[in-house]
Amino acid sequence: MQALYAQLLVGLINGSFYALLSLGLAVIFGMLNIINFAHGALYMMGAFCAYFLLNVANIGYWPALILAPVAVGIFGMILERTMLQWLSGLDHLYGLLLTFGLALIIQGVFQNYFGSSGLPYSIPDQLKGGINLGFMYLPVYRGWVVIFSLVVCLLTWYLIERTRLGAYLRAATENPTLVRAFGINVPRMITLTYGLGVGLAALAGVLSAPINQVRPLMGADLIIVVFAVVVIGGMGSIMGSIITGFALGVIEGMTKYFYPEASNTVVFVLMVLVLLVKPSGLTGRAT
Amino acid sequence: MNNKIAALLLGTAVALAAGNLAVAQDKTVKIGSLSDQSGLYADLGGPGSTLAAQMAVEDSGMTARGWKIDIISGDHLNKPDVGVNIARQWFDVDKVDVIVDIPNSGVALAVSNMVREKNGILLDSGAGSSDLTNAQCTPNTIHWAYDTYTLAHGTGTSLAKAGGDSWFFLTADYAFGAAIERDTTAAVKAAGGKILGGVKHPIGTSDFSSFLLQAQASKAKIIGLANAGADTTNAIKQAAEFGIVAGGQKLAALLLFITDVHALGLNTAQGLNFTETFYWDLNDQSRAFAKRFQERMKNHSMPTMVHAGVYASLLHYFKALEALGGNPHDGARVVAKMKELPTDDPLFGKGSIEPNGRTIHPAYLFEVKKPSESKGPWDYYKLVATLPADEAFTPLDKSTCPLLKK
Amino acid sequence: MTVTTDDTLPTTPRAIRDEMIAFGVMTALLLIVPWSGVYPFFVMQALCFALLACAFNLLIGYGGLLSFGHAMFLGTAGYVAAHALKVWGVTPELGILIGTAAAAGLGVITGLVAIRRQGIYFAMITLALSQLLYFIYLQTPFTHGEDGIQGIPQGHLFGIFNLENPTVLYYVILAGFLLGFLLIFRTINSPFGEVLKSIRENEQRAISLGYKTDQYKLLAYILSGTLAGFAGALKVFVAQNASLTDVHWSMSGEIVLMTLVGGLGTIFGPVVGAFVIIAMQQYLAGFGQWVTVIQGVIFVVCVLTFRRGVIGEIAHFFRRSL
Repeated sequence: MQALYAQLLVGLINGSFYALLSLGLAVIFGMLNIINFAHGALYMMGAFCAYFLLNVANIGYWPALILAPVAVGIFGMILERTMLQWLSGLDHLYGLLLTFGLALIIQGVFQNYFGSSGLPYSIPDQLKGGINLGFMYLPVYRGWVVIFSLVVCLLTWYLIERTRLGAYLRAATENPTLVRAFGINVPRMITLTYGLGVGLAALAGVLSAPINQVRPLMGADLIIVVFAVVVIGGMGSIMGSIITGFALGVIEGMTKYFYPEASNTVVFVLMVLVLLVKPSGLTGRAT
Repeated sequence: MNNKIAALLLGTAVALAAGNLAVAQDKTVKIGSLSDQSGLYADLGGPGSTLAAQMAVEDSGMTARGWKIDIISGDHLNKPDVGVNIARQWFDVDKVDVIVDIPNSGVALAVSNMVREKNGILLDSGAGSSDLTNAQCTPNTIHWAYDTYTLAHGTGTSLAKAGGDSWFFLTADYAFGAAIERDTTAAVKAAGGKILGGVKHPIGTSDFSSFLLQAQASKAKIIGLANAGADTTNAIKQAAEFGIVAGGQKLAALLLFITDVHALGLNTAQGLNFTETFYWDLNDQSRAFAKRFQERMKNHSMPTMVHAGVYASLLHYFKALEALGGNPHDGARVVAKMKELPTDDPLFGKGSIEPNGRTIHPAYLFEVKKPSESKGPWDYYKLVATLPADEAFTPLDKSTCPLLKK
Repeated sequence: MTVTTDDTLPTTPRAIRDEMIAFGVMTALLLIVPWSGVYPFFVMQALCFALLACAFNLLIGYGGLLSFGHAMFLGTAGYVAAHALKVWGVTPELGILIGTAAAAGLGVITGLVAIRRQGIYFAMITLALSQLLYFIYLQTPFTHGEDGIQGIPQGHLFGIFNLENPTVLYYVILAGFLLGFLLIFRTINSPFGEVLKSIRENEQRAISLGYKTDQYKLLAYILSGTLAGFAGALKVFVAQNASLTDVHWSMSGEIVLMTLVGGLGTIFGPVVGAFVIIAMQQYLAGFGQWVTVIQGVIFVVCVLTFRRGVIGEIAHFFRRSL
């Protein structure tokens, strides 16, 4: 029984990453109708940014939590301005292919300079150590990850669904012409939105740097699982992605306890089932 | 008529002699260093192995004696199909004679079969699986430096005898992991211990939390890390995070290299016990080699036993070529010659090669020093025990190599 | 997915003649390879991937369905054929048959699941299914996981052709490729192909004309998957191994890339695309990971400015249909 609780807790930790990453993806898809295959590579850039800030500029973890997402977010906005905006009239799938190509480029460049094994990033001193919960020994840092992710997810949801800025963003993607007629700079909104989504990915990267190694391919296999989360949760639904992210992490943890062989595949099985029954996802808007 | 026949016979004789002379005088050699150049095994093999090969060429003095030797390197990306494709191309197009290194037992086993098909030579010092000289031995492969039997009987037996009688394995899910788990299980059971369970993880995993939790839950006295390179260092680091050693369980790194200890740092690595067959600070000769190696390495790391194995295997290969008087470009023939000659090099000392392709020399049990005991960077090991050559490798009568069946 | 190629079905005699000529040129070039000094192994690999890309193109270029999981057909046929050849010891022709049949079966099962959605959802489902299969294969013992199935015997095809001889093997692979290619050609230029194209252009209209579009799409999907499997079974003889690389989603991405570079919706495009990408991988292998970067750059450039691909641009320029 203890082992089950322990695995559930680990699942929750994994779920936080799924939630944060799928949040960024959902924002981008919901607002821009772009399937951002480069999301994993941008997550990786966030982690590398934190690594450089520490090892080159001696800037520690706490400032990095803000600086890295901003830096990578700006990079994302440049990508949007220079490449993605040309695809706005075309089939969604071209966006998928373009971002897939971008992911290959970013990952390949980093691999060339840093090899494939990990670079170490140590846990910040304030978050070292662990608490003995009885059923398991919980490292403080991992507990922090869960709490911080939850807070960020809820803040983002609030920003988009409950503030005026969020309302403008949502309106701009549903009916750009009308919104433009109101004098709002729609292309700029779109660029900002992409930057926001990318920034969220980079933030997840910084969070993950002390746990996983900082590796060029750290986002590559994670991205497919995150796609599954977004699809199940409802492509474009913010709250759907958050809930699904955490839920899927927990489900994966349970599978690891009861039937470990299936732990990798359970996410995809669920995705196929959901797509068959309700293609717009559990809470998504029907398109 | 007689004249014509005589001329024909003479001509044939001259042609044959010239043919032999041509073979005898063919002094070209092409070496291929096939390794993981950028992934989790890049530090223990990788560019260091190419450097070790270069040093072997230089130290052997072959070029001064008229030999033309080329070295090329390739990256197998830890994928057997990529490794096999590179090997095939090297033999078909680039006319490579001998492949060295190959860390990653899956790749090594696949390439070993290809090498036999093309009648080339494989001098493997990177892979661990003892299958290379047992069930999957070939007349074209020689396995250098170490194998899973050495590690199992060095680390496994000594830990089991010292009180570690219950084990739980964390195994990398490919040929090497399976081999070392199998060999260590046999050694531990022979020493009276029992195996409580195990879990497999994909090679190149970065997050070991769920596997470590299972290991913790098993309450085994020893958690055996049946993996290598970055997998081992990650597992060790995360085990510290989860308070595993503090909770009373011991970690057994079944395969550890000096580059791994360097990556971990002495604070985390102190007290770890493991087996190796080479350490740069063992004697004057190893120190001399290590110093020259370190100067030329881009990241100034010390040579691992894999690098030492590449160096030693090539020195011996050159000895065999000299004995044959030229390069016959016939893999099995050269390997047979290498097995005839006893090995003697500055790094592994005197030894020999068994008919199944296994090199025999002593192995050493090391313990990582505490930070207070270390006098400087790379001064990491203290010698705990020496395993004589006949205990360190599979005895011939237990070997399952088909070549040995008469 | 609407692709930006011009008329892709030859309706005029001139167009048909153009395609015949192109086919003749291609075959002639391929026939002389063993004497041309080019490394036959490289061409054999390229041919297998060319067939794979053509099969993929059938689905997207003419059916309008982007499958991001075609690697699962390649890998399944490869593993099944490899297992049959190595463990059950069947003859080569039987091995190819069994592998292809396995891919066809997979096509039926996954097709029934995937066809029910279209566009982006179809792509996501195929990706998920392919990833599902990847993890299943990773764990099932018969595939030997990371180590793959190695050392597959080549044997004698039909008892006569010794596949261990590189030249013989080359012509066998070439024959297989031409067979598959002609099958695709025939499919495209048939009434079935015309209906498929109309579904791609405007599915609602096709339905209103009385066509059961789902059945057509499913059939195209199964056909595409089976031919991809056939390519995979052939590849087993060339590489003599079957590994996880063949089932990974990055392989699916490469298939898309080859077709995109060559020209979506053109007949010869995927062949050219496959040769370009395989050649690039081969000759730039010394540059390590730069190959991935270059592939990414090609993707980006193609999507932004070169959407018709090599053959598509040539065809557009000459106002022909290729």
